[in-house]
Amino acid sequence: MQELLELLEKDYTLTVQQLSSMLDRPEEEISAMISQLEADKIIVRYQTIVNWEKAGSDRVTAIIDVKITPQREVGFDSLAERIYRFPEVRSLYLMSGAYDLMVMVEGANLKEISRFVSNKLSTIEGVVSTTTHFMLKAYKESGVILEDKEEDRRLAVSP
Amino acid sequence: MNWQERLSPTVKALPPSGIRRFFDIVAETKGVVSLGVGEPDFVTPWHIRESCVYGLQKGYTSYTSNSGLLELRQEITKHVSAKYAVTYDPRSEALITVGVSEALDLAMRAILSPGDEVLVPEPCYVSYKACVSLAGGTPVAVTTTLEKEFRVTVEQLEEQVTPRTKVLLIGYPNNPTGAILTRDELIAIAAFAEKHDLIVISDEIYGDLTYQGQHTCFSSLPGMRDRTILLNGFSKAYAMTGWRIGYALANADLIAAMTKIHQYTMLCAPITGQLAAVEALKYGQPDVDEMVAVYNQRRRLMIDGFRRIGLPCFEPKGAFYIFPSIRETGISSLAFAEELLKAEKVALVPGDAFGSCGEGFVRCSYASSTANLTEAIERIGRFVQRFR
Repeated sequence: MQELLELLEKDYTLTVQQLSSMLDRPEEEISAMISQLEADKIIVRYQTIVNWEKAGSDRVTAIIDVKITPQREVGFDSLAERIYRFPEVRSLYLMSGAYDLMVMVEGANLKEISRFVSNKLSTIEGVVSTTTHFMLKAYKESGVILEDKEEDRRLAVSP
Repeated sequence: MNWQERLSPTVKALPPSGIRRFFDIVAETKGVVSLGVGEPDFVTPWHIRESCVYGLQKGYTSYTSNSGLLELRQEITKHVSAKYAVTYDPRSEALITVGVSEALDLAMRAILSPGDEVLVPEPCYVSYKACVSLAGGTPVAVTTTLEKEFRVTVEQLEEQVTPRTKVLLIGYPNNPTGAILTRDELIAIAAFAEKHDLIVISDEIYGDLTYQGQHTCFSSLPGMRDRTILLNGFSKAYAMTGWRIGYALANADLIAAMTKIHQYTMLCAPITGQLAAVEALKYGQPDVDEMVAVYNQRRRLMIDGFRRIGLPCFEPKGAFYIFPSIRETGISSLAFAEELLKAEKVALVPGDAFGSCGEGFVRCSYASSTANLTEAIERIGRFVQRFR
């Protein structure tokens, strides 16, 4: 199962037939495993990594460090949910160290993000402070180098 | 000046590498999916490359000792001892070379005299026989067969052995067939070597790329350490072909003789590659494991692929090659490779480039992406339909 997940994490376009060969298991078994992993939400979603800058998009991404006051009984989770429900929020992590939540926000432009921070995020009760860092350039996402200049330089035929 | 007349007869008599001829045709064709590449498609792991950059920054640009960096020799002997339980003295029984190719050449030159015969099971790596000839020896091909999955047997060796046989040269896991030899088969070969008092040169460059069971190091077999010249390197397992770092482990007298030739002809292997090799041995095992797992997935993809399109092939259990039979098409390996290239733009290597018993087969390398391999299989499948 581990091997199947690793393969799909890298490339979900692999067909059941390919996976069946590569993992040396019958196709029916692979199909059943994938369905089960999807049902169990272990496979959460199949997504594509897009180099938006190259696609000509002007979207802006910011990483916001948020300090919050944990709440009785629910700790950080309830406040986190209030934040991650906003569609602008792309990722949200609870962190150790100088702040509590790392919020990754995406917007059409700077203004849209600052509006989100000042109107929505910092006004939530329990949010103590926010520090916003705008992202200047993406080099690598989810383990993938976005503009990998390393191509296949091997001779087409060699002994 | 007529240079043809002045060339050494030995060199003149050497046939040009069959692969080279085919390479020229491939190079002229565009949009080729190549299964013809005999090296990993992975780039050397970053931490290994980075350690070389660091070495350059620190000014490591000089010669090393003729034998190679002691630290590298120590790491190698430690690694071999841990993995195969056979020990060598890093100071006197190890030599760092410019790839296994140089090690093989040095070994041959150190031991062969005119008339000495070397048993070379075929199909095999393209340089084996040439190395023997250039060293003044006589290569004696030992034919292996599909029926035995191209694993050389003692019976086949016995047929070719003569009183002049001095060396047995084996390379398993094998390029081009992907065949491996089991421990029991190697033990039988060891007994054969003992019986005829032969030196065994064991090229184990693909040893780490073994997908079923564990690779058996020939010199680790009982009684074999003293008569074996063990050759290995970093090219395949660590994806470091271009660095050109190999090594030989053997008896101190032989290593001293090889070192003598090496010091006059090569001086030393490049220091940058040696530094990188130290890093590879110290911290590179997880990379090897990961690459082996990926090769294994692709290997299965290829076995299944060829079965689906109906080209018979035995299951290769090592290296990154698969060696399907194309006999049913009724054309030669070279014609198959050329026609396939023309019709479907897939490059592979005709099997006879690796010895005449490779005729009727083609070597396909699966050191390529899943997408490429799938596409290549589809094209080959379409191509062989023409002959049905």
